[in-house]
Amino acid sequence: MPLLSRHLLGLYGVPKEDIQLILDTAITFREVLDRPIKKVPTLQGKTVVNLFYENSTRTRISFELAEKRLSADSINFSVSTSSVSKGETLKDTIRNIEAMKVDMVVVRHSAAGTPQFLTKVCSANIINAGDGIHEHPTQALLDMYSIREKLGKLEGLKVCIVGDVAHSRVALSNIYGLKTMGAKVSVCGPSTMIPKYIEDLGVDVIYNIDEAIQENDVLNVLRIQLERKAREYFPSVREYANYFGITNERLEKSGKDILILHPGPINRGVEISSDVADGMNQIILRQVTNGVAVRMAVLYLLGTLN
Amino acid sequence: MKLILKNANLINPVQNLDLKGVALLIEDGIIKKIGDISVKESNSDRTLDLSGKYIVPGFFDMHVHLREPGREDEETIISGCDSAANGGFTGIACMPNTEPAIDSAEVVQFIKKKAASHLVDVHPIAAVTVERKGEVLSPMAELVEAGVAAFSDDGTAVKSASILRKALEYLKMYNLPIIEHCEDESLAGGAMNESINSTLLGLPPIPSVAEDLIVMRDILMAEYTGGKVHIAHISTKQAVEMVREAKKKKLNITAEVTPHHFSLTDDAIKTYDTNSKMNPPLRTKDDVEAMIDGLKDGTIDCIASDHAPHSPEEKEVEFEYAPNGIIGLETQTGLVLSELYHKKILSLEQVIEKLAINPRKILNLSVPLFEIGEKPNFSIIDLDEIWTVDINKFKSKSRNSPFHNRLLTGRAIGVINNGKMFYNGEYLNL
Ligand SMILES: [Zn+2]
Repeated sequence: MPLLSRHLLGLYGVPKEDIQLILDTAITFREVLDRPIKKVPTLQGKTVVNLFYENSTRTRISFELAEKRLSADSINFSVSTSSVSKGETLKDTIRNIEAMKVDMVVVRHSAAGTPQFLTKVCSANIINAGDGIHEHPTQALLDMYSIREKLGKLEGLKVCIVGDVAHSRVALSNIYGLKTMGAKVSVCGPSTMIPKYIEDLGVDVIYNIDEAIQENDVLNVLRIQLERKAREYFPSVREYANYFGITNERLEKSGKDILILHPGPINRGVEISSDVADGMNQIILRQVTNGVAVRMAVLYLLGTLN
Repeated sequence: MKLILKNANLINPVQNLDLKGVALLIEDGIIKKIGDISVKESNSDRTLDLSGKYIVPGFFDMHVHLREPGREDEETIISGCDSAANGGFTGIACMPNTEPAIDSAEVVQFIKKKAASHLVDVHPIAAVTVERKGEVLSPMAELVEAGVAAFSDDGTAVKSASILRKALEYLKMYNLPIIEHCEDESLAGGAMNESINSTLLGLPPIPSVAEDLIVMRDILMAEYTGGKVHIAHISTKQAVEMVREAKKKKLNITAEVTPHHFSLTDDAIKTYDTNSKMNPPLRTKDDVEAMIDGLKDGTIDCIASDHAPHSPEEKEVEFEYAPNGIIGLETQTGLVLSELYHKKILSLEQVIEKLAINPRKILNLSVPLFEIGEKPNFSIIDLDEIWTVDINKFKSKSRNSPFHNRLLTGRAIGVINNGKMFYNGEYLNL
């Protein structure tokens, strides 16, 4: 059964069957990753370009590894945003890349909608590896994979996304994906970090972290940006940590066992306290491996489509 | 030369004129006769049968960005005028955000000279402050003497309340308005209207309150100084409500709306179409309804295009990096007729007020009259022609329109002004 779309631009509007198919396919590849020889010939002869306009070593390595495990030829094309202003336009860049007969383009860019733009100017399959504060579908897929792996299902689960929801591509993709899969999604964070019309997406807003812990099965904790611009949204890092940080004390007080995810890297002592982070090492490492498997599934399903 | 326009409907609300199926004789660029034309008089150099068509005072677009001087690759003064003529306009006012800005008599004269022999009248609008920087008043008296129609730092609002106050007080000597692009600087810089769509698309939002704050500031300042403020491209429900209240208090406040702000919502951005990116941004359905109500009850005085040409290289980029603005001179009449006249929101008289009479009144320009001895300044309108917008047929040098392929009902089929006629795509000296 093929996927409905020839691109993965986001999880908005992606049907349940497609998400299910990606997650199920990822199980197969997850097994491959545990073998001594971690390579399958599935995408032999296909060329994938990793077009990264933003420095994101983790995501790029994860995709690169997924491509290599599938025997695709992968090319890294990193452009620092500083050179964009004087350099060639994205349209010219992609036309050049296309002339090299590539089959798939994995793109990371600071501007929302860039993957959609690429579908209009190039014929390769486009995979969104994060666009601005819009979507990061493979991150959400791997989060869902990890939740399902740990708790056995997605349907009916209560998942809360904690942190700077307004400036997170991970949040939006998780909201779409989880809701499609039948989970109940809420968001928790300072009100300045919750988008104004988020409730229209059918998610609940919680401003109290203890309440969020109490009422949910899973917390997906976002990384807080500590740069000056992001800092306009809350008074101080200390205040954030005190009122929204996940600490052992809070978890113990709740008296329940809750699954905590974090896309990494963690700001220890800010969104997650050091002692909680220590206990999360295993799930974080599993998430990394799951990320490769999920990306293999996406590449495989799109790459064998045509 | 002798031109006869026959079987035309003649409407001019300022004269309470409404004639059906009459003939008009124009000789050597002057209206010689209105009414029946005898057989003896009927030998002409050219006769047009305008059965079913309307002759109305020439339309005037008071918010146009010509890109000359500075970006002649996007629009020149002449190509902008050609675009205006093709859209049914006999006059335009052009904004000062050129390079250099219109902040000196030299630039005003340069523009006037370039446009002098064109059918379309061009009235430059000068910058309120030198280089539109918001710091020092432009040489206003000198600019008035050079013939500017108004002042504006369009692209941004006049930077501070303090400089706005001085500008309004200074301009009271000349009875000219300041045209304000209302946007609070500290809330500016986003890529689209803040709504559920900005969240869905992950685009940095511009809240409607950014516009409302400056509309409120400007209304208060107009009241305090007694100066005239014209709100450019009004786009929010709140702003319309504030202008409505200001008018009840008889303040010197007028407002314009663009066709895109009464016909499109931010749903148009869902495909990240950079030809739907402009500032103020497309808003919500509620705002569009408020524009319609404002047009109906007269809160919004006139319609202007905010014609803003951009090259394809500039627009075919990531949405956040694309410049703001769309061209509108050649779709405006069709959109007004389709969306307002045919949907029975405005009568034909009201359409003429909003497109021809009020903009001239706001800028203290005389309104064309249909009288014997007058120079003709007309737009010729076919209310019922159904046509499809084709950006490749535009006279503008640019193509950045979200209305490509849109089906419209009604268009301008010709214009007459300055002793020239533009009809069927050709200019003719009268
Ligand atoms: Zn403006």
